Amino acid sequence: MSALPDSLTEIREDFLALEQKDRLLLLLEFANELPELPQKFQDHPDLLERVVECQSPVFIFVEVDTAGAFHLHATAPRESPTTRGFASILAQGLDGLTAEQVLAVADDYPQSIGLSEAVSPLRLRGMSAMLGRAKRQLRERLA
Amino acid sequence: MTVPSDPTQKFAAYAHPSTLVSTEWLAEHHGDAGVVVVESDEDVLLYEVGHIEGSVKIDWHTDLNDKVNRDYIDGAAFAALMSSKGITRDSTVIIYGDKSNWWAAYALWVFTLFGHADVRLLDGGRTKWLAEGREITTIASPVIPSDYPVIPRNDAPIRAFKNDVLAHFGNPLIDVRSEEEYSGARTTMPAYPEEGALRGGHIPTAASVPWARAAATDSTFRTRSELDAIYRTEAGLADGDDVIAYCRIGERSSHTWFVLTHLLGFENVRNYDGSWTEWGNAVAVPIAVGTEPGAAPQR
Repeated sequence: MSALPDSLTEIREDFLALEQKDRLLLLLEFANELPELPQKFQDHPDLLERVVECQSPVFIFVEVDTAGAFHLHATAPRESPTTRGFASILAQGLDGLTAEQVLAVADDYPQSIGLSEAVSPLRLRGMSAMLGRAKRQLRERLA
Repeated sequence: MTVPSDPTQKFAAYAHPSTLVSTEWLAEHHGDAGVVVVESDEDVLLYEVGHIEGSVKIDWHTDLNDKVNRDYIDGAAFAALMSSKGITRDSTVIIYGDKSNWWAAYALWVFTLFGHADVRLLDGGRTKWLAEGREITTIASPVIPSDYPVIPRNDAPIRAFKNDVLAHFGNPLIDVRSEEEYSGARTTMPAYPEEGALRGGHIPTAASVPWARAAATDSTFRTRSELDAIYRTEAGLADGDDVIAYCRIGERSSHTWFVLTHLLGFENVRNYDGSWTEWGNAVAVPIAVGTEPGAAPQR
């Protein structure tokens, strides 16, 4: 087991410190914080990959900048706050990491942040799918 | 103490007009004594984003499903849930939700398993309410816990299990999933996480009628004549038929169950909630692939 990056550890600790009901509200905060897609991606919908495992239309795109830092961009409709929240957790938690660090994040991270009861394991699969697809895109980008 | 029905003209043509209310009617009556408005969505956070004033939230994953067994909650848990939402056995429950009431219909079907007498859907659901610019609030609704009796769940009339489906061949089956799921074209995608059915296709003889065909673009139910054209003329259902509807986990088919039972008046409609996640994984059950319904298996 490699060490979890600080950003993801902090997010996990923040959720686990809360009662179940408040965990939902924290997820809503994340949903509200999901940034708009950068203009360069808004103009290129072809670059975006749909996460079909999520029932709502969510699209992701990974980027490694010239300094080698990872960024996850995502877009999902306002009426899908849970999906937006999942995307926002990953976008914030993975932002700025190296590719190596991102690929080392445990695939079961979504199951470890205390949302199974508040959100349900089935819905959390959407977040796992997002993480899985982000890693796959990253591997393709590195190849 | 009966809450009157919505006299909207469109509803009069349905078999059970009192199972729907319009947004206009709800705007006027949501605060009436005896009425409890329930929001039930696919997205577990949507209620928190904003809901109809006074409404309470019921989530299908976290409230209606048993946490251990793959089953619905039992009578004691349902009574506790109702109590926590301020619903009594006499309450008029009006459910609305996202996605053309897909999940609201599912919740209504579960209420029906417990024989709750007066439960209605908001025609057009959350989408229409918002499209009309009607008010929502983020303020949590105060609830006074109620007394709700423990009623044993009665599955038999409206719920089908796998063995019921195996015994059902020769009677109409409706598959309400997408055409790709019906044909079996969609189940696996290499290198992607998979949702969980080992086989693709449909239950032999099932007619394909994707659930959303029953909804108009504004999320309301289609009119009686439009629904008759889809389910009677096209899918071939006839009065007196014993029908089973299914989808992937029984949610979309709850919507179709509502349409067939309450809007078109079929009296023997069951929802097979095990649906494709059970059938597509079960050993030695017959499956048909492609766009044709396929023949009933020899027995």
